Amino acid sequence: MFGLDKKDFRLLLLVTVLVALAPFILNPFPEGSGMAQFNAGYPDLMQRFVIFGIFAIGFNILFGLTGYLSFGHAAFLGVGSYAAIWMMKLLTMNVVPAIIVSVIVAGVFSLAVGWISLRRSGIYFSILTLAFAQMSYSLAYSVLTPITGGETGLQPKVNDPRILDGSLADGATPKANLFGLEMGSSIEWSVGSWLFTFNAGYYVAAIVMLLAFYMSIRIFRSPFGMMLRAVKSNQQRLNYTGLNAKPYTLAAFVISGMYAGLAGGLMVAMDTQVGAERMFWTASGEVVLMSILGGVGTLIGPVLGAGAIKYMENILSKINSDILHTWFAFLPDGLEDFVVTLIYPFIGKGWHLTLGLIFMLVVIFLPGGLVEGGQRIARLFGRKKKSTDTPDGKTTPAE
Amino acid sequence: MGILEVKNVGKRFGGLQALGDVNLSVAENTVHAIIGPNGAGKSTLLNCLVGKLIPDTGSVMFDGQSVLGRKPYEINQMGISRVFQTPEIFGDLSVLENMMIPCFAKRDGAFTPNAFISMMKDREIVERAEEMLVEMDMADARNDNAATMSRGNKRRLEIGMCLAQEPRLLLLDEPTAGMARADTNNTIDLLKQIKDERDITISIIEHDMHVVFSLAERITVLAQGTPLVEDTPDNIKGHPKVREAYLGESQDAA
Amino acid sequence: MEAIILQILNGLDKGSAYALIALGLTLIFGTLGVVNFAHGALFMIGAFCAVTLSRILTLSHTVVDETQKDFLGNPLKVDVPYVMDWFGESTGAAIIDWAVPLSILFAIPVMIAIGVIMERGLIKHFYKRPHADQILVTFGLAIVLQEIIKYYYGANPIPTPAPAAFKGSFDFGAMMGFDPNTIIYPYWRIIYFAFAAVIIGAVFAFLQFTTFGMVVRAGMADRETVQLLGINIDRRFTLMFGIAAAVAGLAGVMYTPINSPNYHMGMDFLVLSFVVVVVGGMGSLPGAVAAGFLLGILESFASMREVLAVLPGLNQIIIYLVAIIILLTRPRGLMGRKGVMED
Repeated sequence: MFGLDKKDFRLLLLVTVLVALAPFILNPFPEGSGMAQFNAGYPDLMQRFVIFGIFAIGFNILFGLTGYLSFGHAAFLGVGSYAAIWMMKLLTMNVVPAIIVSVIVAGVFSLAVGWISLRRSGIYFSILTLAFAQMSYSLAYSVLTPITGGETGLQPKVNDPRILDGSLADGATPKANLFGLEMGSSIEWSVGSWLFTFNAGYYVAAIVMLLAFYMSIRIFRSPFGMMLRAVKSNQQRLNYTGLNAKPYTLAAFVISGMYAGLAGGLMVAMDTQVGAERMFWTASGEVVLMSILGGVGTLIGPVLGAGAIKYMENILSKINSDILHTWFAFLPDGLEDFVVTLIYPFIGKGWHLTLGLIFMLVVIFLPGGLVEGGQRIARLFGRKKKSTDTPDGKTTPAE
Repeated sequence: MGILEVKNVGKRFGGLQALGDVNLSVAENTVHAIIGPNGAGKSTLLNCLVGKLIPDTGSVMFDGQSVLGRKPYEINQMGISRVFQTPEIFGDLSVLENMMIPCFAKRDGAFTPNAFISMMKDREIVERAEEMLVEMDMADARNDNAATMSRGNKRRLEIGMCLAQEPRLLLLDEPTAGMARADTNNTIDLLKQIKDERDITISIIEHDMHVVFSLAERITVLAQGTPLVEDTPDNIKGHPKVREAYLGESQDAA
Repeated sequence: MEAIILQILNGLDKGSAYALIALGLTLIFGTLGVVNFAHGALFMIGAFCAVTLSRILTLSHTVVDETQKDFLGNPLKVDVPYVMDWFGESTGAAIIDWAVPLSILFAIPVMIAIGVIMERGLIKHFYKRPHADQILVTFGLAIVLQEIIKYYYGANPIPTPAPAAFKGSFDFGAMMGFDPNTIIYPYWRIIYFAFAAVIIGAVFAFLQFTTFGMVVRAGMADRETVQLLGINIDRRFTLMFGIAAAVAGLAGVMYTPINSPNYHMGMDFLVLSFVVVVVGGMGSLPGAVAAGFLLGILESFASMREVLAVLPGLNQIIIYLVAIIILLTRPRGLMGRKGVMED
């Protein structure tokens, strides 16, 4: 189906179902219950899940397949965002041109950066990409302020030209839309004490993400994808087998840059604003964390990683010591305080600490990330039949 | 006119004259061995042939065309395949995929952006790769991870990958170095078979005299960066200069 | 002329910090072959050693001072640091005032211990893994370390002043025959530069003139051969890691009066230091030092008003720009060895 083999098609189907039902799956707890704070089914966060999923899928095409570790991918995301916001200011609040232009601009920019950076490999490549990204960030903050809005960033203003849109009604603010469907609009559905939100923006982003995911499966399974894995495995052999590694890696770099641009464009489509901090090197580091955490070089891993990190960032960080105290109220007082003190550094504002620790543990013990962890557990319980269980990348680069 | 013509090639590394003035002619469809003691410049010469090094002086012609200044992949596309001293294969890929890559290189050239077809649906390539695996007697290992194979099998796969490109010249750099006797004999048999069954020129650099004398039709002896003699194996065996420069110590080395 | 001298001087203190961090990075890379992304965190921990010591020194107990009254007429409660009790008021006050320089003594053992623990506990297991894995695990470690510091010290910068004696500025201009007040330079920055020079000199002397250093240098050049000679190179390399950590830590200690330490200062410096190492040439100690000063000075020249008028924003990107140019024209950096990190 769709040119995929059975296993990949099943994976795509599974992801599609999960994404479509996310408003239910992520909101398992009734409103007002003590567990409601673990609900992640609100539009803002769900959008972030899929958008960062796209970012990570694209990054994985470069790092997962070729092994070239870029520390500057946030630059492409940022450039895509700026391109998208300018489309919204000049052309129309419809997200379609914004997203298309963001991909194209990011693609052109990554072609330039990749063409230079790929002259070197190993850590030199990482440093070159980092240098380019930091330069873009610094320039966006300072000299390029007329284009980037500097520290304040950019938002669509009421009096922007927007040549394709009619003039706004008095007092109306420009809102991102898809042929009239506003990205911010939601349908709420309450069942008993549960509340489910279906957000237009989320579903638009989700469809784009599924397309991006589908394309990445096709790339993984194509001869092109195999060549990229060959680059990672043994570049010398590749050269002496009559293949020129450079255009392959450059193509991978540009594709992943375009994915980043797409993610940037979608971000703007959702919240219609950009700031230079989106390009800071820690943002590049974040996508590295996502890919590794989920399982680098696997298809679904980066999406899982992006989801896990965004969940921690938004949910884990909201837990404070009062909440902890209510959880452990059943313990004797002294013990309760002790347990709370023990856990407290890892939650709330300290969620980065948890992230850092988990990340280290994954790099040390579980190089295949969450996907490998899942496979190990599956094997442990032996639930899956042998035929469907693929031990990491023997014939295919795992799921 | 041989298929490979090396004329007056010299290469200097700082103060070290690695290659002096090398002239070499390899005739088509023969097995030509290059031997010599350690440091004689064998590997340097080989690297000059495949584009890893560019000689300071002289010319290297393959089939009437100069290879100098071309990148390794371009030289390979001209029809020269190289087998390395330690088997160089794609360790993270399956055996079948390893075999498919040279098939793609042969059919599609140095770069083809074929990103949207499934590689397993490219029947022509898959069949060709499977054919080669049968020929290399490793069809059973098809789905194994190449890194998990024994050294002997890695060598076999590497040679198979080179043959899949149907090269006109196969260069082997000490193909049996570090191998157990059984694996060495297997490799000799494989190379003999290749020589008998294909129209191919083989040039081999080797330390192991057993390998050299079982295979070679011509032998060039290299010492201190210059060719000492070039002759048939029988004549080389008895050549006093060669005995002096090489065979005396090769008994320990082999 | 004055402007040029001033910019060179301004570049020296940043350059010193770059050079010290880059020196440690290169030392670790050269000896252990490990790319340590947690090195900036070591710099940051060093700075917080100074914060910690000054907090310890100002630990106080409250006494009721009958001679003074607060505005309600009650006897005033005064916090008296313990050091004042023990050493007398003036000596105690001097000790508190000199907390930052004193932290050097405090930081050396702490940093060496942290370095050795890091190497034995974590880095050791990554020698044989790809460089990408080393970058990733030390990147994770850097996050963990900086979060721990953030947890205990908060997210805001903590001002840590230099001793009162060094608070002023020095008028170079007057000394060198220019007009007074054209080249003024804070004392502490002079101290920082001198300190950096001493540390760099000490590291080089240590490597050059001691047998220990000789073995380490030999090991950097060819680890296997040295091991074949029956020398336990691993233990020495562990200690080298400790020393590299101490160098970064001391750079951090002394930097606190220049920039109030915060938990992410390490990351900020790390990115630049890596660029410095790459420009200097991966694995080259003199290269790291030279590139550190060079880039520090270039950066301060690029921030001159005259330069910015022509090329706005240059100060923000000069280091990266230089790095890109150097990497493309001299792939091994200014003084790099062949074949390092090129896989």
